[in-house]
Amino acid sequence: MIRVFGWNEFLVIVVAAQWTIALSAIAFAGGSIGGLLIALMRVSEVRAFRLFATGFIRVFQGTPLLMQLFLVFFGMNIFGFAINPWIAATIALALHASAFLGEIWRGCIEAVPKGQREAATALGLRYYHSMRHVILPQATRIAVAPTVGFLVQLIKGTSLASIIGFTELTRQGQIINNATFSPFLVFGTVAAIYFLLCWPLSLVARRMETRFSRATAR
Amino acid sequence: MNMVSEIASAPRSRGASDPAVRMEDVNKWYGSFHALKNINLTVGRGERIVICGPSGSGKSTMIRCINQLETIHSGRIVVDGHDLTAGGRNVDLIRQETGMVFQQFNLFPHMTVLENCTLAPMKVRGITKAEAEETAMKFLRRVRIPEQAAKYPAQLSGGQQQRVAIARALCMNPKIMLFDEPTSALDPEMVKEVLDTMVDLANEGMTMLCVTHEMGFARSVADRVVFMDRGEILEVATPDTFFDAPQHERTRFFLGQIS
Ligand SMILES: Nc1ncnc2c1ncn2[C@@H]1O[C@H](COP(=O)(O)OP(=O)(O)OP(=O)(O)O)[C@@H](O)[C@H]1O
Ligand SMILES: [Mg+2]
Repeated sequence: MIRVFGWNEFLVIVVAAQWTIALSAIAFAGGSIGGLLIALMRVSEVRAFRLFATGFIRVFQGTPLLMQLFLVFFGMNIFGFAINPWIAATIALALHASAFLGEIWRGCIEAVPKGQREAATALGLRYYHSMRHVILPQATRIAVAPTVGFLVQLIKGTSLASIIGFTELTRQGQIINNATFSPFLVFGTVAAIYFLLCWPLSLVARRMETRFSRATAR
Repeated sequence: MNMVSEIASAPRSRGASDPAVRMEDVNKWYGSFHALKNINLTVGRGERIVICGPSGSGKSTMIRCINQLETIHSGRIVVDGHDLTAGGRNVDLIRQETGMVFQQFNLFPHMTVLENCTLAPMKVRGITKAEAEETAMKFLRRVRIPEQAAKYPAQLSGGQQQRVAIARALCMNPKIMLFDEPTSALDPEMVKEVLDTMVDLANEGMTMLCVTHEMGFARSVADRVVFMDRGEILEVATPDTFFDAPQHERTRFFLGQIS
């Protein structure tokens, strides 16, 4: 029998947003660590690192996120792990984020003028200190805006995890819709919640961008 | 921390008799382009060398080989008794003992002047912040801009930035200073303040290799002038001989062009 889309149904959807936020946050955290490693490998002097990072980026940028989710999800099963949408979604999204953040941050590292690294080297600073104190702080300033931009993409991308059965915002919407059959109300609500999550971030990104361009114009 | 490097290298019996820099048959290629051709040059301690020559002749490449910002393909470079071709640890030592000043200053824009000067001493030599700041202020006074210590590079004029770059290099207590066209990016009215700083440094006995086309500086400060062309050292002479009786046709042509 068909339920009416009421206050309760609305609340269930809103509450499900926490899983979208949690999945985004964990994927972003994992992706940040992975992305930093990929970016550093990508600009490394060691050829093997560069090749690995380039291949990794190509694969993840050249295939749909949905296929990445499927492959991790079913792959886990093949390698003998219990099927768990939570873990599969987290791993797939973290890998996906590693590749994209790695590529974004590589660009930011390379945007730091070559003379900065040379000056650090000439002062006797070795790789770690030169990266940590000279290159990365400057790259970070450039990276903030595109990184927040990617975070918005990632939040929207988590909706695909619904297809492997992870109950986040989108899937909760589908469940409620199956019960109430009010697709316009249900998915309107779902879309509005995504918008409320993403829009402030876009604003932040734009603010950062203007702040950065002002800082460099100084 | 200075002692560590001293002790570590003691067994190799480096004496005051070692030249500051010795380059023997140095060759370098960029791909198929022969950028340095059989470079031989010995620079004594306390000697001031000015290097000049047309654009693309390999001046930057040559001095950048001394602190291994560029690697060489054959030959030998010995800096302060450390053979660079032996690699690894010697390279780190040499970078700590040579200061370099670039045409584009290359100050760290996200750090204050003081932080620019203290970073390397703290991270490389491992001295405390207080010590590093004391040293930094000493050298900022030497280059006559102690009052700018809290500012960011972008808030300074070009001449001031280049003097900070000199102070930053001096904070590592280098034995040799390398300058790669330190005044070429400056507005004419700021050239003098930087040259004056370099003259002070020369008067204090610093070993210096300067790529510059400031011929007044070369005449008054240099012990020898090195003329490079197409990757070769064509002529090495005292300033008087170099300017008044150049040996090579190409040297004469070059001098005619820049004066
Ligand atoms: N990284 C590089 N890759 C390829 N060729 C290079 C590279 N760096 C320098 N060269 C070439 O080597 C030659 C010497 O360059 P170098 O910068 O040493 O000249 P220079 O004498 O310092 O010239 P300038 O007065 O213009 O600074 C030039 O022909 C240059 O094009
Ligand atoms: Mg040059």
